[in-house]
Order: sequence, then C-alpha cells, then structure tokens
Amino acid sequence: MCETCGCGDPEVVPVDVQESLLAANDRTARHNREHFAAERLLAINLMGSPGSGKTALLEATASRLEGRLRLAALSGDLATDRDARRLGKAGIPSLSITTGSGCHLDADLVHQALHDLPWRQSDLLFIENVGNLVCPAVYDLGQTASVVALAVTEGEDKPLKYPTMFRKADLVLLTKVDLLPHLPGVDVAAIEDALARTMPEPRMIAMSAASGEGVDEWIQWLEERRAEVAAAGRLAARHEHGHGHGHGHGHEHGDGHRHGHAEAGSARPGGRP
Amino acid sequence: MHETSLVSALMQQVEAAAMELRASAVHRIRVRIGELAGVEPQLFASAFELFRERTICAAARLEIVTAAAAWTCPGCGAAIAPGQVLRCPDCALPARLASGDEIILERIEMEVPAARDRGRNVPPRRERTMEATDV
Repeated sequence: MCETCGCGDPEVVPVDVQESLLAANDRTARHNREHFAAERLLAINLMGSPGSGKTALLEATASRLEGRLRLAALSGDLATDRDARRLGKAGIPSLSITTGSGCHLDADLVHQALHDLPWRQSDLLFIENVGNLVCPAVYDLGQTASVVALAVTEGEDKPLKYPTMFRKADLVLLTKVDLLPHLPGVDVAAIEDALARTMPEPRMIAMSAASGEGVDEWIQWLEERRAEVAAAGRLAARHEHGHGHGHGHGHEHGDGHRHGHAEAGSARPGGRP
Repeated sequence: MHETSLVSALMQQVEAAAMELRASAVHRIRVRIGELAGVEPQLFASAFELFRERTICAAARLEIVTAAAAWTCPGCGAAIAPGQVLRCPDCALPARLASGDEIILERIEMEVPAARDRGRNVPPRRERTMEATDV
C-alpha cells in the first residue's frame, strides 16, 4: 500500500532491503583477501593526499627490503603511469591502474589488475591508491592492512577533517618530518592528539624518505605484519592437512568473470588471478 | 566524487529488486548514510538526480536518513562522545564504532501491477532497466 502520498494505492509495495551499497565491492574484496591469504602475501592499501610522499616512501622501502622481502606494487592514478615507472626503476615490479576520472580504486579494479602482475612471486604487495583523503577510504580492496601517509606540510587537523580515512587506518606514516624545522606552526603532538580522536588504536610512525629517519621503524612494522600473515598461512595449512583435505583452496569465482586458466601460454599456472 | 559510484550501485540494486517484482515504477527509495561513512548526502542526492533520468526511478523520491556516529566501550558499554579520545577512560579499551559508518539501501516502494496482471510473460520495462544499468 502506498505510504508515499497517503493515497492508499494497493499496487504500491514497500520492500525492506537493508543491503549495503558496497555489497558488490565487499564481495570482490573478500575474494581478493582470500587470494592474498592463500599466498601468504601481505597486501597494504597505501592511501594519502596527492603529494603526501607515497611513492617516495615506497622507493625508500624497496631499497631497504632488497634481498629480504619480495615486493610488488599496483599504483592507481587518474592519468599517466609515472608512479608505476618510478617504482619499477626502484626495483618493484609494478603495474599502473589508470582510473580516468575515478577518484579511488575499488576491489574489482585491483582484482583485474592482479591478472597482469606477477604478484604470486611476492611477499608484500603495495596497492598505492589514488591520491585523495576521501574516496579511497570507502572502498575495501581486500588488503591486509591500511596505511595512510600524511605529510607534515598538510597541517595538524587533517585527521579531524577526514575522520573516515584515519578511522580505518592501521598505521599512519607522518612523512617528510625532515621539513619540521621549517614549519614552526606544525606540532607533532597536536597531530598525535588528532589521531587519538579519530583512530581507536592510533599508531603513527614519523619518518622521512629523504633523511631516512623512521624508516627502520616502518620496515620493522612491515616485517612484523608479514610474519603474522605467514604464521596465519602456516596455521591454515596445518589445519587443512590435519583434516585430510587436499591442497586445493577450492573457492569459487563467484564474481561473474572468467579467469582464463586454460589460455595457451598463460603466465598464471596457479589458476588463480 | 565516489558518490557517483555509490549511486550507480544503488541503481543496480533498485533495478534488480524492481525486476524481481515486475514493478512498473519506483515511488520512493530510502537510504541510510552514516556520519562517518565518508559520503556527502548532498552529493549523493545530486548524483541520483543525474542517474535517475529515463530509468524506472525517473519519478522516484530519494530519502536520505543520516545516522550519527556512536562510539562505545566494548568492555563496559559506556558511550564515548565523538571528538573525544577514542579510549574508554575507565577500562582503557579502544572504542568501537557502534553505528555511523553504514551506507545502506533500507527500503524501496514500488508500483507493482495487481496480481491478475502478473502471469504475463513480459516483465515490464526490462529494456529500460538494462539501459539504466549501463550508465
């Protein structure tokens, strides 16, 4: 019965839906997450404003982790593949996701891109999101952890102004701290206070890709997260074998596209994306 | 402007529900958006204006209900006011977001031709529905 205008039209039917508008994205994100877990891969969704230093910090990370962890990166940008090329030069196998007018990556863009990146040979995948403090926070990509890069030049109140982004972060990297002597108005304690009011479990590392400050602490954080992923993978594998299951991870690709496992010359013998 | 992507998802969900019931028109849509969902209701409403043209929602009214952020302590259940440090002053536990991050299609009111008309083979407006999905 119509409740809109009160006309009582019996042909107007109300339907209770109660479904998230992100339901489709979240399904694909879960699917990505299963892939990452099966490969014991640490996947980091790296977000932050344009110019917050995301690419520079990945370049610094690559040189520190060389020979310790194998890296790969997906890099989202509205236009150009400059970031992916910079990362490639730094020794990280990288692929650019050009979003056109899209202001964020979503789980499906990541999933499609995984088909073209040899991510299975990696321990650590960085998904460098589109530079933006708003939209990327809304979309789960299937990452293991979310990291937000915040440059000291952006101001102390950014967490309070963009609470959604910071609320979901597992770690905030306060970047470009080598510039602090030139910024008398910026107080790191005020930034920490703003984070305590937006993140339930605030964690911040002050760092500079230019001076190297804080990079050790960041690398340690990454290695700890990676060790957790590997341990969870071992546990899952033991559990699986203990019950006499095979090695097949046996999940469905229920997202309506084909993976092309049977293609001749496919570079994906694993049979997953 | 991720509101555009979200409205696109909304349209697909509404179209699917309308097709299932063989509705001929959508009268009203209610969406709940949390204060901390990262969605600007005004932009969401503007995006809906662009999307609804020539679809089954052409004459639909969009109602947006906003939900305030509510933080609570997972230990003692005490409310922690937004803007405060997100840690329970008594239990020292990190606060949990009880509501305020949702982006939910709550309810649709659709015009469904009376039961006697339903047995017919042609679901009304199927073509228009597909067209709308491609936007």
